[in-house]
Amino acid sequence: MVSEPHVETLALREQFNTPEQQKDASGLGMWVFLITEVMFFGGMFAAYTVYRSIYPGVFGTASRTLNTTIGALNTAVLLCSSFTMVLAVRAGQLGRRKQIMVFLILTLILGLMFLGVKGYEWNEKFVEHHIPGPTFHMDGPGLQNHAQLFFSLYFAMTGLHALHMIVGAGLLSWLLFETYQGKFSAAYYTPIDMIGLYWHFVDIIWIFLFPLLYLIDRHGG
Amino acid sequence: MSNDTQHVDSVGTYAAVWIALLIMTALTTSVAYVNLGAFSIVVALTIAVCKMLLVALFFMHIRHSTKLTKLVVLGGLLWLGILLSLTMADFATRSWISM
Repeated sequence: MVSEPHVETLALREQFNTPEQQKDASGLGMWVFLITEVMFFGGMFAAYTVYRSIYPGVFGTASRTLNTTIGALNTAVLLCSSFTMVLAVRAGQLGRRKQIMVFLILTLILGLMFLGVKGYEWNEKFVEHHIPGPTFHMDGPGLQNHAQLFFSLYFAMTGLHALHMIVGAGLLSWLLFETYQGKFSAAYYTPIDMIGLYWHFVDIIWIFLFPLLYLIDRHGG
Repeated sequence: MSNDTQHVDSVGTYAAVWIALLIMTALTTSVAYVNLGAFSIVVALTIAVCKMLLVALFFMHIRHSTKLTKLVVLGGLLWLGILLSLTMADFATRSWISM
């Protein structure tokens, strides 16, 4: 490891023997946090599975009102943002400051695009009266009550996911600022690496939300 | 992520993973319109798990991680499995006891 004593964050903390050990500890800590997040989302996935098994027909009808094309395109946008994020981490490994900046900006733009499209989809739900509550309206037997369950879960799950995206966009902006200030090098880029892990985790959540909410009932009805 | 100072993957590797992810997204979307009955969930979730593995192994560098990190990740998935399977074991068998 090249030591650059003027960068304070490079310092090996006294509880670690080697820089590798320090880095491994950061990675392990991040993964433990991500697993708490997996369990957090896991509860919602469990709730979705339970209610879908109780009201399969209603969930199918409600699911088919979602726009698959927009959902698939948004999935692609998010996957592209994961690609640019991993390239930012790679630029960090190689200590290429300009490349880090470029790829972080691209990731941020793609992330905001995803949120914009999500906002457009939510707006459609308002227009169609598919927001759970007194204004909710859907024609069909049992739909008025039980379809609200689907949309409650839809908004809770995509909303929590979008909240994670907003937090991620904030973290990316902070990384951009730090990179601009020259805080990172090939010897120290742990924050880019860790926020990269977070960003990919949020991507993985969407990888499961997309088929469960949009796709699995598409053929029926 | 542990030793990736020694493991810098090529842009080509990441690009291949990215293209594979996009192809799988297109595949899962188009296959959703085919009537596979109950199997459509199986197909959709299988593709989703494959995508998750690609992201985790390559983008999240699990394949370069320490054994401890790999064990922690597997442990996390095991607990998620317990959460989902025991919840469903409860709900799926409630009707077995008649009121």
